[in-house]
Amino acid sequence: MKIKQTSIAGTLESSDISIAVEDNDGRGIEIELVSTVENQFGGQIRKVIRETLEGLGVKDVLVRANDKGALDCTIQARVKTAVGRAVDGNLRPWEEK
Amino acid sequence: MSRLRRTMLYVPGNNPGMIQDAHIYGADSIMIDLEDSVSLNEKDAARLLVYHALKTLDFGSTEILVRVNPLNTPYGRDDFEAIVRAKPDAIRLPKTETSADVIEADELISEIETKIGLPCGTIKLFAAIESAKGALNAEQIATASSRLIGIAIGAEDFVTDLKTTRSREGIELLTARSFVLFAARAAGIAAVDTVFSNVKDDEGFAGEVKLIKQLGFDGKSIINPRQIEIVHRIYTPTEDDVEKAQHVIEAIEEAEANGSGVISLNGKMIDKPVVERARRVLDLAAAVKI
Repeated sequence: MKIKQTSIAGTLESSDISIAVEDNDGRGIEIELVSTVENQFGGQIRKVIRETLEGLGVKDVLVRANDKGALDCTIQARVKTAVGRAVDGNLRPWEEK
Repeated sequence: MSRLRRTMLYVPGNNPGMIQDAHIYGADSIMIDLEDSVSLNEKDAARLLVYHALKTLDFGSTEILVRVNPLNTPYGRDDFEAIVRAKPDAIRLPKTETSADVIEADELISEIETKIGLPCGTIKLFAAIESAKGALNAEQIATASSRLIGIAIGAEDFVTDLKTTRSREGIELLTARSFVLFAARAAGIAAVDTVFSNVKDDEGFAGEVKLIKQLGFDGKSIINPRQIEIVHRIYTPTEDDVEKAQHVIEAIEEAEANGSGVISLNGKMIDKPVVERARRVLDLAAAVKI
């Protein structure tokens, strides 16, 4: 799945995460993370972002994430929304197995 | 004992903090909203957020409803497709005007349940009536689907449709409330009243809760957790009420053991409707552990 345009989803409110995605010119998946809980959960947040992208079939993307203590389910939702806005056509990830 | 729906707390569907904390305040039901509280350019975000939240979070015994966008909008169908898969207790239909609105939703849910291997009828429906047409059709709406567990009145859209405004006394809602309540009772489903928007007016709010309780509503939609305690307090029977109800139940059980369906207790006739009311008092008392 190819990122066609830079897109953003989520907010900077507490318990949310802002996710911006853009095409990474063939450099694969890169994640720049700023988080209020970086020390405790930085690794886990990156892992959730990466796994969600891989689940969607996104292989080349620069992600800029600004986390305000989001749960994993919120991170998944915001990544999918950002990718949905960045690709052609409608993404309906609830249809995945 | 049937499920209590004294309080149905509105939670905006694009706010993760509010969604994850919603059940801690003790509302009987939570209604996560994808409709009016979500702006048009965030519909996709809210839908996915609620989908993932419901699939992941444990809300305990709190009843979970999701208000979707109407099927005649560009968002309705995707809302159903995503939310049925996330398995809330029920989907709340906004702006229900005819039985056809309910049947259309029922059939779409059946289609999705079949697709994902969920037993047909798992996901229930709750219909909100928010127009004069809807109020006049309340009886047909309330009986349109076996999935329906309740109907609610949504006053803000309703008074706009009626070309009036909301008053503190609520006289403009009296007929619609009665229609909705009659339709719900005739169909054997729940009736939930509308929100009271001024969260700073506790006295006005309490007055409205007393009114709708007296009318016969099961409970009220609320927009702020601080309203929960007020509703529950008003719906909580007094110790005197509970004691009287216990006496009624003891007396009728004794009478039934002796082969009689009607008795006298302290000079008052006790028969089936009195017993039903007593059982409801004890149910409410049990819910708050009196």
